[in-house]
Amino acid sequence: MSGRVLVGVKRVIDYAVKIRVKPDHSGVVTEGVKHSMNPFCEIAVEEAVKMKEKKLIKEVVVVSCGPQQVQETIRTALAMGADRGIHVEVLAKDYESLGPLQVSKIMAALAKKEEAQLVILGKQAIDGDCNQTGQMTAALLDWSQGTFASEVTLEGGQVKVVREIDGGLETIKINTPAVITADLRLNTPRYATLPNIMKAKKKKIANVKPVDLGVELTSKLEVLRVDEPPQRQAGVKVETVDDLVGKLKEAGRI
Amino acid sequence: MNINRVINYKSFEIGKSLLAFNLRRNGRRVFTPHQYRSIKTHARSLAYAKDLFLGQLNKVTTAEVFPYPEIGNEELEELNQFVAPVEKFFNEDVDSKKIDEDAKIPAETLDGLKELGLFGMQVPEEYGGLGLSNTMYARLGEITALDGSIAVTLAAHQAIGLKGILIAGTEAQKEKYLPKLASGEHVAAFCLTEPGSGSDAASIQTRATLSDDGKHYLLNGSKMWISNGGFADIMTVFAKTEVVGPDGVKKDKMTAFIVERAFGGITSGLPEDKLGIRGSNTCEVAYDNVPVPLENVIGEVGGGFKVAMNILNSGRFSMGSSGAGMMKKLIEMTAEYASTRKQFNKRLSEFGMIQEKFALMAMNAFVMESMAYLTAGMMDRPEVPDCSLEAAIVKVFSSEGSWICVSEALQILGGLGFTKNYAYERYLRDCRILLIFEGTNEILRMYIALTGMQYAGKILTGKIKEMKKGNVVLALAMMGQKLRGSFGGTMDFGLTGKDGPVHPSLEDSAKKLEQNVYNFGSVVESVLYRYGKTIVDEQLVLKRVADVIINMYAMTAVLSRASRSICIGLRNHDHEVLLANTFCTEVYFKNNYMMAQLQKHAPENNDANIKKIAEQVLEKRAYICSHPLDRTF
Repeated sequence: MSGRVLVGVKRVIDYAVKIRVKPDHSGVVTEGVKHSMNPFCEIAVEEAVKMKEKKLIKEVVVVSCGPQQVQETIRTALAMGADRGIHVEVLAKDYESLGPLQVSKIMAALAKKEEAQLVILGKQAIDGDCNQTGQMTAALLDWSQGTFASEVTLEGGQVKVVREIDGGLETIKINTPAVITADLRLNTPRYATLPNIMKAKKKKIANVKPVDLGVELTSKLEVLRVDEPPQRQAGVKVETVDDLVGKLKEAGRI
Repeated sequence: MNINRVINYKSFEIGKSLLAFNLRRNGRRVFTPHQYRSIKTHARSLAYAKDLFLGQLNKVTTAEVFPYPEIGNEELEELNQFVAPVEKFFNEDVDSKKIDEDAKIPAETLDGLKELGLFGMQVPEEYGGLGLSNTMYARLGEITALDGSIAVTLAAHQAIGLKGILIAGTEAQKEKYLPKLASGEHVAAFCLTEPGSGSDAASIQTRATLSDDGKHYLLNGSKMWISNGGFADIMTVFAKTEVVGPDGVKKDKMTAFIVERAFGGITSGLPEDKLGIRGSNTCEVAYDNVPVPLENVIGEVGGGFKVAMNILNSGRFSMGSSGAGMMKKLIEMTAEYASTRKQFNKRLSEFGMIQEKFALMAMNAFVMESMAYLTAGMMDRPEVPDCSLEAAIVKVFSSEGSWICVSEALQILGGLGFTKNYAYERYLRDCRILLIFEGTNEILRMYIALTGMQYAGKILTGKIKEMKKGNVVLALAMMGQKLRGSFGGTMDFGLTGKDGPVHPSLEDSAKKLEQNVYNFGSVVESVLYRYGKTIVDEQLVLKRVADVIINMYAMTAVLSRASRSICIGLRNHDHEVLLANTFCTEVYFKNNYMMAQLQKHAPENNDANIKKIAEQVLEKRAYICSHPLDRTF
């Protein structure tokens, strides 16, 4: 086994920012807005770095797809302990239509090229909320998948994954190579300390184009319109249960 | 901080007699001078503000402040990378309320700060620090300022505690002490102040006497108000040592020492129960025959005062960015409230007096930022100019600006602002110390005014000498300038216009600055002439001089920053122009009023009466008026 883990990270609008829709309803405002690493991607990076610190794997390679700015996100992952980065260059105009299918094709191609033993991703990105990339990547590679992982243990050529599912927790054992997607309680990501950020300056980030990986970026999906969620209406207080039933009937709910 | 009595009396003696030919005649005689100690800084040039005292702006001086200093793209990217985790830490892992209530910073928080690398920001990389420039340090100061106690603990450790080793230490001292200080394994403190010596630092009583075997100094004395004093492992301690001068006369001079708690004989008192920055440890430290090896002297024996002043001068400018960082947060918090709360069926944000408060906060934040980064940028220049004057200006403006604005922010919230449920009262209490430590604002105003006037005095006497030598051209030039000015023409120093560094949309403000500068030059000259070396005792005069130069430096900073913003097209640059113009207009008139008060026999000047009132009150040590209800019949 190569002992190499590939981690995918995405640069998204910071979770604390108040999102605003563009006036032409074509998307959300991203200009001048604070961006940071997707929280689930941070958890994925932390898990990989932990594995390396326990000497269970040898190298952590972090990947991000997008325009120039995603290099900041790769640098943050390097500062957290990843060894090297790969920046898959996608032009700004293509980036808007870049979805889970395209990204998973890229991740699959890179996983093969880097001979990765594991691919760890965040379970979903907080902007798209698609929750598809990990699963599609595993399918394209025909690898096992352990999604919504809240605990990951490497055991020889296999991985034991405790998954968070609707009914509670499910423990599975899958063979490597595998794709794992990180859920919230997997770990608490470390801060990228300032001395580590300085050390990360020396780590390499390779530039790759999707065409070099044999991936076509055209999307079959088109965003028609983006709207804000409807304003929450004020509630109404009623005195008795009969009033409540009456009002519900009025609103056509029952 | 010492009242640096800076006027060299000799230059005034000559200057006054030579200025006799001046149109304004004054028959005062020169008195026998006292001994004055002049400031000895390194032989570095003073930066921009000194020339304002001469009432001039020429291409050389404006080149110091225009264009606004920039950092490289790579540096900026790195800086933004640094900012992210620090902000995250302060937002998520710092419980300021608890720190204030418990009057203690929890160990986990301190450990987190150490891991982040915040204990060695300005220590060079080769000693394990981050090696940040002044500009980057100021930027991170914006974030650490979100918790006053943490900000002061960090500043006491690195801005003053270990600074002495950094700027005046030998290689051996740096190698021995800096690595552990940078990682936070050891914490540093700066020990100068004593119960009897606060502002008058030169009068300290702690003594260091050479031991019998000549290998150690024995330190005896006690220090007060020492930040980190309760747990610091390495202290920079200032003590008087006996020095034999070149003339064989024995004198007591200050020396700086690196003292380790491990040397033994050091006791720390109980932490002071303070109004604000309660999480920062402040206490008395006593030294009882502490043995300090000879190699732990910082700089030269007897050269400690200079070391102390350099240390203090080098850290001051960051108060500008800390203040700005805090103001920006307060603006967000209060704007949320003002835009949602309604009274009289209108949102608070629609009322004029509330709007004024927001404008005040925005302008202050803008000025503080502009001044801080202008000064930091100047200090980062390779030739390392002496920006102590500018740094003092930044400190005075920022401390008072922050105090006023925090109070206004609290006012916006009304009763809610007064409760401990919100952070405003804590920010207010934490802010109050800004006007007191790092040199009280009163001392710094004296320093600002006197440093500038000493420089002006020297140049003026230099010019007089030239004229005496027969430099006719110079004489005519000076006459010409005087006549032009006295005919009320406006001075053009070349800030505006085709080749001017100020953008046309700021033209009016630039002209106001030029006018202020020119008038200031005349005022300085007239004040120097009127008082001579007794100017040192005229605090109310010096206060106004300082206030005017502070305002003018602020105007320069905003003009420089706004010009750059427009020229490179930063987002919201028109708002910056608005802030700059509004600020310049406001302080232009304030300056004119203060300069009017400084004219001879000015009716606007109430100083004589103020002094009388103070004398009468202090004589009786009480308020002396009869009660309004008293009767005499």
